[in-house]
Amino acid sequence: MTDIRYTYAVARIRALEVSLFNKAAIDQLMACETEQQCLQFLSEKGWGDVNASLDVEAMMECEEAKIWKVMEEVAVDMSVFDVLSYPNLFHNLKAAIKEVCTETENPGIFYDDCSISGAEMLDIVRKKEFSRLPANMVAVAQEAYDTLLHTRDGQLCDVIIDKATLDAVYAAGKAAKDDIVRDYAESTVAIADIKIAVRSQKTGKSLDFMKRAMAECNSISVDQLSKAALSGADAIREYLMGTAYSEGAKALDESSSAFERWCDNRMMQTMQPQKYESFSVGPLFAYVLARENEIKTIRIILSGKQNGFSDEAIRERVREMYV
Amino acid sequence: MEGIWGNLGIVYALLGAAAAVFLAGAGSAIGVGIAGQAASGVVAEDPNQFAKVLIMQLLPGTQGIYGLLVGFITLSKIGLLGGSLAAIDPQTGLMILAACLPIGIVGLISGKYQGMTSAAAIGIVAKKPDQFGKAMLFPAMVETYAILALLISILSVSNISVA
Repeated sequence: MTDIRYTYAVARIRALEVSLFNKAAIDQLMACETEQQCLQFLSEKGWGDVNASLDVEAMMECEEAKIWKVMEEVAVDMSVFDVLSYPNLFHNLKAAIKEVCTETENPGIFYDDCSISGAEMLDIVRKKEFSRLPANMVAVAQEAYDTLLHTRDGQLCDVIIDKATLDAVYAAGKAAKDDIVRDYAESTVAIADIKIAVRSQKTGKSLDFMKRAMAECNSISVDQLSKAALSGADAIREYLMGTAYSEGAKALDESSSAFERWCDNRMMQTMQPQKYESFSVGPLFAYVLARENEIKTIRIILSGKQNGFSDEAIRERVREMYV
Repeated sequence: MEGIWGNLGIVYALLGAAAAVFLAGAGSAIGVGIAGQAASGVVAEDPNQFAKVLIMQLLPGTQGIYGLLVGFITLSKIGLLGGSLAAIDPQTGLMILAACLPIGIVGLISGKYQGMTSAAAIGIVAKKPDQFGKAMLFPAMVETYAILALLISILSVSNISVA
C-alpha cells in the first residue's frame, strides 16, 4: 500500500540502515578477544553514551532508547508499533499476578516502556480492577489470577497469559491496514507454535497442554503440529517440511541452539522485502526489529565472551543481520 | 454579443496556456515536494549527501518548466505578448487548447511519479552514495514521457495557423 506520508521517515531510515551491523561488523566484533575490547569496538561504532563509562547494560539500554527516539521523531502514527509492545504488556500482567498471588516483591521484573507500567499493573491486580486493562486482557487476567490462586500452578498461569499474548498479536495483525504488521503477526505466532511443539515434545507434554498453549494462525495447523509433537521429533520435522517453515526442520536436525537461531532469523527473513519499500511504514517496522535483533546478537556475543565460550559456540548462536 | 462570447477563440487559447502551466506546474510541485521529503530525511542523518539529493529533488521540476514554455509559445502565438491580439475563431482556439493538453496532463502525472521515483532513488543514495549515477537514471526515465508530450504540444501549437 503506497502511503507518501512515510516518504521522509523511510528516507531517514535508509540513511540509518547504513550504520546497522552487517556480517563483516559482527566478524570484527567476534575478533575482539575480551568483553572490554568488544565494548570499546561498539563505542567506536557510536554505541552507548559517549560520556558514560563502558557498561554493557547501560550501553544496551541506551541503544534501545535510541530506537524509539528515532521512531517518535519520524513516525506519522506510533500506534502501528503497539503490536510490538504486547509481549512486554502481557509480561507485566504475568509478573503482577505472580507477585500478588505469592505475596512477594521482586523489583526490576517489570517493563516500563509499555502502555501499562509495572506499578500500575500491580495496583490493578491488587485491587482486582481488571476492567482498567485493555479489552483483550480483561478475561485472561481474571482467568490467570483465579487459576494461580486456586491451583498454585505457575506454569498453567504462564500458558494462559502466553497464549493470550499470541492471540492479541495475531488479532492486531489481522486488524492492521499495513501488510508488514500482518506478516509480523503471522510469523510471530507460527514460530511460537513451533517452539511450543518442539519444547513440549522434549518434555513429554500432553496433547491438551499443547492445544491450550498454541495459538491459531494461517500458516500452521495447531491440530497437526500438536499431534506431530506427540508422535516425536521426526514427526515435527516431517510436518514442518510441508509448510513455509521447512528451514526450521533442518535447524532442528542440527541442534537446539541452531533451532533457536533459526526462529529469530525467520523473522528477519520476513522483514527482508521491506528493504525495497519506499512508501509505507514497513521499513520503519523492519528497522525496529532489525535493531532489536542487532542488540540481541551483541548481547549473545558479549555474554559468550564474558563466560569464556569458544568462538564456535558463540557463532552458532549469532543471528542473521537485516543488512 | 461582444466580450467573452465574441472572443471565444482567444478564451479557448488562453485556457490551453493556463492548462499547460497549471497542470504541469502542479505535477512538478507534487513531485518536488515528495522528493524533497525524502531528501530531508537523508540530510537529517547524513548532511554530506546534500548536493546529490538536491539534484534528485530537482528532477521532477522540469515538467513545470515545460508547461511554462508551452504557455509562452501559446501566448506569443495569439499575440498577447506582443500587445496585438490575433483574431482567433472558436475552432482555432479549441485546437490550441487541445494542443496544450499533452504537456498539461502528462506533466501532472509524470511529475508526481517522477517525484516518487526520485524519493525511492534517494533511498539508494542514502545507502550507497557511490551509486548516485545509477540511481539518477531511474527518475530520469520518467522524464522521457514528459519530453514526448512537450514535443507534441510545441509542434501542434506552432503549426496551427492563426490569422
